[in-house]
Amino acid sequence: MLHTVNKSPFEKNSLDTCLAHAKEGSAILLIEDGVYGALNGSKMTAQIQQAMEKFTLYALGPDLKARGIADKVIDGVKVIDYAGFVDLACENDKVQAWL
Amino acid sequence: MKFTIQVSEGPYNHQASDSAYQFAKAALEKGHEIYRVFFYHDGVNNATRLTTPPQDDRNVVNRWSALAEEHNLDLVVCVAAAQRRGIADADESKRNGKDADNIAPGFRISGLGQLIEGGIQSDRLVIFGD
Repeated sequence: MLHTVNKSPFEKNSLDTCLAHAKEGSAILLIEDGVYGALNGSKMTAQIQQAMEKFTLYALGPDLKARGIADKVIDGVKVIDYAGFVDLACENDKVQAWL
Repeated sequence: MKFTIQVSEGPYNHQASDSAYQFAKAALEKGHEIYRVFFYHDGVNNATRLTTPPQDDRNVVNRWSALAEEHNLDLVVCVAAAQRRGIADADESKRNGKDADNIAPGFRISGLGQLIEGGIQSDRLVIFGD
């Protein structure tokens, strides 16, 4: 299952909720303000690193770039473009948006 | 693969309509089918042809209309959400005793059943919202 999170973890708890409910092995894609969750050196970093033991974490490259944090992404978070987003939606049987 | 996309946020709020558009475009470029795009809640505001953004900004509404024309997309606006927000086609305008309509080319007004049907007929339902 693919989970998308579009809110900054510093503004809303969508990412926390997603991490608490997603099953092990799920793909989690950070989009829009959600990409702030992929920022290295923040208070979320440890939680994301821990989450990567259970989930595969992705972040949308164009949204990282728009926010000037494309070169500050936590190691292990996979950066993809919209074509990659479409591929993830195909590879996973369901897409759940955490808004 | 067949996709139905739901857009639940108006244009120029945050980014949901932009993300949905970029996703739809990328899916079409990869040869997938967009079975339907369903505009719900504030998302119905994507369907007014009266928007006039600055010339150096993207025109979210026209962009959807153009994509619909190019790929023969079914852009469906939820009727109940549209009535609340003043989005009307000629029939709706007449039925509700209004003096004008404002729906943009390529969009049509219909019911929530269209979202459910889209979810059933498609392989994936992808939601963009606020």
